Amino acid sequence: MSELTAEQRDIRELARRFADERIAPNAGRWDREHRFPRELYDEMGELGLMGVCVPEAYGGAGADYFAYVLVLEELSRADASVGVTLAVHLGAGMLPILNWATDEQKQRYVPPLASGQELCAFALTEPEVGSDASSLRARVVDGRITGTKQWVTNGSYASTFTVFAREHDVGVSAFLVRRDAEGFSVTREEEKMGLNASSTADLALDAVPGERLGPPGAGMRIALSTLDSGRIGIGAQAVGIAQAALELATSYAKERHAFGGPIGRFQAIQHKLADMQTEIEAARALVWRAARIKDAGLPHTVEGAQAKLFASRVARFQTGEALQVLGGYGYTKEFPAERYYRDAKVTEIYEGTSEIQRLVIAQALLGEVTRA
Amino acid sequence: MKICVLVKEVPDAAVEKRMDPNTKRLDRSGEKNLNPFDTHAIEAAMQIRESGALDVDEIVAVTMGPASAFRALHKAVSLGADRSIHLTDEALAGSDVCATGYALARVLEAESPDLVLLGQQSDDGECYTIGAVVADHLKMPSLTQVIKIDVQDAGLRCERQAEYGYDTVDVELPAVISVGDAINEPRYPSLKAIMGAKKKPLDTRSTGDVGIDAGQVGADGSQVQCGSFKAPPQKSAGTIIEDEDTNETVEKIMAWLDERKLI
Repeated sequence: MSELTAEQRDIRELARRFADERIAPNAGRWDREHRFPRELYDEMGELGLMGVCVPEAYGGAGADYFAYVLVLEELSRADASVGVTLAVHLGAGMLPILNWATDEQKQRYVPPLASGQELCAFALTEPEVGSDASSLRARVVDGRITGTKQWVTNGSYASTFTVFAREHDVGVSAFLVRRDAEGFSVTREEEKMGLNASSTADLALDAVPGERLGPPGAGMRIALSTLDSGRIGIGAQAVGIAQAALELATSYAKERHAFGGPIGRFQAIQHKLADMQTEIEAARALVWRAARIKDAGLPHTVEGAQAKLFASRVARFQTGEALQVLGGYGYTKEFPAERYYRDAKVTEIYEGTSEIQRLVIAQALLGEVTRA
Repeated sequence: MKICVLVKEVPDAAVEKRMDPNTKRLDRSGEKNLNPFDTHAIEAAMQIRESGALDVDEIVAVTMGPASAFRALHKAVSLGADRSIHLTDEALAGSDVCATGYALARVLEAESPDLVLLGQQSDDGECYTIGAVVADHLKMPSLTQVIKIDVQDAGLRCERQAEYGYDTVDVELPAVISVGDAINEPRYPSLKAIMGAKKKPLDTRSTGDVGIDAGQVGADGSQVQCGSFKAPPQKSAGTIIEDEDTNETVEKIMAWLDERKLI
């Protein structure tokens, strides 16, 4: 029995085939060369993959969030850097525009993003402001934003940025900022442990003109609701990375011989692979559940947090187990196991650390007691 | 001109195929997909249209199959067909190749295509013959296992795969051509095309709609009778020679061949 509709299977098949043919063969090289494959996103745009769940009226493919999650998993299976680039472009970048912008703003901003012609980014984090996002320091005066933003995914390549800044008397507000705006600069590209084919940049904003997104003072609501659904996307990314590690370890266990036979005949290896597959299926089920609840228009804060918390832990732990199955080869650059291992770790950190996910879950579970 | 592409819903490649001992037919339960060979036929039609060498007004996907087979048509449309026709009727169940070819020919006759394309084989039955049967009924020339199609003045010049190499055959239109998977690399269906497939016209036809003689189709109208069947004999495991020292490997291979009096 299939858990997916024929249309969902076709969408997954498209993403899978594209990932296998266009991404996976290059992922190792992009990682080594720290190369952001900009041209790939044009190609993905033509296929509708850059605007999976964007309404057709704004140039998207008009599919739902669940379809987007299927696409994210498949792309991340081939290259987690491509996964995070799309997750931030669409999930963190475009969805808040679709949810909060005026129709005129959407008409202007969204079509070039949905087609992959331009990329989108989300600028919330600052050097001293991470999990405690509400204490951010960027300021806006007379519609001009001044401050610094850190670790902005797609930062070096995006054209449109959703920037959060503090506004006198009203609190944090959200603004749309164009890359070519006066006073805008990308100051540095971060060197990271993994996700080397993605861009993570710092921004300096010096009285940059921004266009208001949503009502004044709604910044934290916009940011937190974006992260609510963004977590489901990162959960899907984590599942994709773990799935890639499982497939690698499984085929290696069939081919690698030791002590006179394939290592897959050893129970120590069998148990690792069995646990790996079981946990990945459980993680996928949580991610799919959260996506379906979101598509139904229901609150999904807790479900998204659970999906991300669990899937990221599975990805971090099981990529290590896959590497262990490959033994010494796993530790070399000859196999992608080490890339999966490096890429997986960040899923426990960004879009809300695992500690924050537990906080979200516990607060919903215990209510007022957690604030006592 | 109009190109009709015959397509079929088959068990997904990942599903292990088995005969159902009760019905003596292939067990077609489980996940299904569009026959991969047919995706090459659709792509061939698209490339003829896009080349501009022929003025193709319409590409129509046609299938015969149970209710679920509309999904193969959706997929065909997402790959470029403009509309589709689904021939479905209880009376057709159990049709063999001859009966299926006859029924499909009746649908095609009503469409008057200038060219009929199809995959050279289906991933399930693997008969390779439906194109020829359809062509016979339509009184059109038939070419099979084609891996290259070029448009020329009076018709098409096709390369056809043969045991000894390639035949180059000129064919006048209308014609029925079955294509191999070497003919092209099917494009990615865009996400919009997948989402929009349901909205493209899909006509459902029953046997009565296209004048199919019910006595010539279905299990009763089919000539093929399945007596008994068995699994093919297991292949022997073979010998793997690891190439550690090439001289030694060559010696081992020579010895192996020599032992069997093959050289």
